[in-house]
Amino acid sequence: MQRYIEAGASAVLIGESRFGMRQPGDIPADRLPQAVSLAHKSGAKAYVNMNKLFRNDELTALPDYLIRVQQAGADAVVFGDPAVLMNLRQHTPDLPWHWNAEMTGTNSATASYWGRRGAVRAVAARELNEEEIVDLKDKAQMEVQIQVHGMTNIYYSQRNLLQSYLEHLGREVTLIRKGPDQGLYLVEVERPEEKFPVYEDDNGTHVMSPDDICLLEALPELLNADIDSFYIEALLKTDEYNETVLRSYRKAVDKWHADPDATGSNSRG
Amino acid sequence: MVSTALQDKPRTTGKRQRLAKPELLAPAGSLEKLKFAVHYGADAVYIGGQKYGLRSNADNFSIEEMRQGVEFAAKYGAKVFVATNIYAHQEDLAGVADYLRELEDAGISAIIAADPAIVEIAQKAAPKLEVHLSTQQSTMNWQAVQFWKEEGLPRVVLAREATMDEIREMKARVDIELEVFIHGAMCSSVSGRCVLSNHFTDRDSNRGGCCQSCRWKYNLHADETSIAEVDQNLFTMSSKDLCMIQHIPDLIDAGVDSFKIEGRMKSIHYVASVVNAYRQAIDSYMADPEGYVLRPEWVAEIGKAANRPLNTGFFYSVPGAEEHIYEAEEKPAPYDFAAVVTDYDAAEGIATVQQRSPFRPGMEVEFIGPDGRQFAQQVGEITDEDGNALSVARHPLQKIRLKTAQPVMPLDLMRKRLQ
Repeated sequence: MQRYIEAGASAVLIGESRFGMRQPGDIPADRLPQAVSLAHKSGAKAYVNMNKLFRNDELTALPDYLIRVQQAGADAVVFGDPAVLMNLRQHTPDLPWHWNAEMTGTNSATASYWGRRGAVRAVAARELNEEEIVDLKDKAQMEVQIQVHGMTNIYYSQRNLLQSYLEHLGREVTLIRKGPDQGLYLVEVERPEEKFPVYEDDNGTHVMSPDDICLLEALPELLNADIDSFYIEALLKTDEYNETVLRSYRKAVDKWHADPDATGSNSRG
Repeated sequence: MVSTALQDKPRTTGKRQRLAKPELLAPAGSLEKLKFAVHYGADAVYIGGQKYGLRSNADNFSIEEMRQGVEFAAKYGAKVFVATNIYAHQEDLAGVADYLRELEDAGISAIIAADPAIVEIAQKAAPKLEVHLSTQQSTMNWQAVQFWKEEGLPRVVLAREATMDEIREMKARVDIELEVFIHGAMCSSVSGRCVLSNHFTDRDSNRGGCCQSCRWKYNLHADETSIAEVDQNLFTMSSKDLCMIQHIPDLIDAGVDSFKIEGRMKSIHYVASVVNAYRQAIDSYMADPEGYVLRPEWVAEIGKAANRPLNTGFFYSVPGAEEHIYEAEEKPAPYDFAAVVTDYDAAEGIATVQQRSPFRPGMEVEFIGPDGRQFAQQVGEITDEDGNALSVARHPLQKIRLKTAQPVMPLDLMRKRLQ
């Protein structure tokens, strides 16, 4: 986290897999205060990821966690399950929240729907094109975050598909370790050139996009459109790679702020 | 992931409560399928309109066909719902209000919506339409259900990941109708949380473009090495189909309000057979819960319409190796739809049927009708409407006359046994 802030991140998304899915690393609840104050000391904001789809027996942990998040001084929580909103209203009504329902956040009316229920920010689906993003920001009347770099989750299952497959093959299930960064990927038979990273953890099976998003060249247009937050997905990448990416985007954003009119209109297809 | 919190509670406490009869909700991919679904016992059907639904290549309904469907269903006291369950992009939203008013005007009882934008437009523009929250919203806990109740929705279609214990708890905690899938094909992903099609074909999974990439074959590699040594036994995300015919009492006791059958793309024969089987199981249990026995012919009936491998999804445990399809996708069903009965001459014992696939004298066939009426016979002499003997009924929709071993009724189906 510290390295990413030093490389230019002005906010970090942190959390643990009990509440947030596809986190590159866990920061357990008891270490949240330390992590948040570290971020704040470096001038960065800290958001806590709670984007899981919760089950009945997991709901009882939500009030305590939200209170800890608030006490830690986090700047916002990020979620897409309305159960979190129900708990937030009751236990931490002053805690700001961002609405992120992954691939289902596809239009401004839906963003506004959550905005009227208290969300300060909507996270746009990565499936939107640049024109749609600009239009969404224009109409939504709230902060909008988009992902500008890295992999995206394109399939999420609560089945243990890798473990089941190994069982089917009669192999040792321990052959595949749980969690991201295990070097696993899928190749569809007809498309040998595309690699889809895949992993399994306590939340299920996650398939990631074969290509990374890269909107570096489109940043001027996105900045002109007043997009509020540019997210860089760190999952399944090395820290060194992520630092390099952060530095590039930081430089581009700072350059635009220094002279917004100077950057050309080199648009991305 | 499975709830354990409720397991210490006894299954039933004290005297049995009076059970509410659940709705049997069937898919109808066309006006004709709607008629069969209702005739065979569906209390409600869900259809797709020509916009905003997730089955863009199904034979979707025009507003006029919806009116006819509503009128037909009303004769049986059945309702018609319309799936408007896309996650809309900005360009999709402009016509939604007008479209929903048209549905309301056509007598549609409810829409099934996933996108809160569409939920909200419906509540404002077409207040007589009920809004049911689609399974695409991935609702799987009672507080999320509570949230949607407070937003004014009378019904939530649960995520297919919800377990029987979890459903029971949701029903106990929130006074709202719960609709649950009980039969048919399943997304192996959490519904709505898959955009594989977008990546493979540039068609949007969440706007009707699903090309079922989860059922394709993949090589799973671990650090450049394929896990399967040869090009067989490949990885897929393909789930077996859901079938809850053996657990109807459990579903009714849990308080599920609507039992949903998947399959707007399925055949008339499939819809009629599956509805028929569940209709009998539900009615039989409601009539006499203590004396209820699962009848083997209900299970057999489902197997005659389709031969896909079946399982119980997440209801009792997380699906494992046995619940996925790694081998050949499916075997053909043992029976094929051959004809629909259009008329019956009781004096002569002769039925007039409309041909739906070729049949000939000597073939083994079965006739089925609502309420589980069923008998097998061999096809005897067949004639056209003018009484000319035929060696084979080869023309689609041709009217054929043949003697039946027992009385039949219009809309009964004739199916032929395949070798």
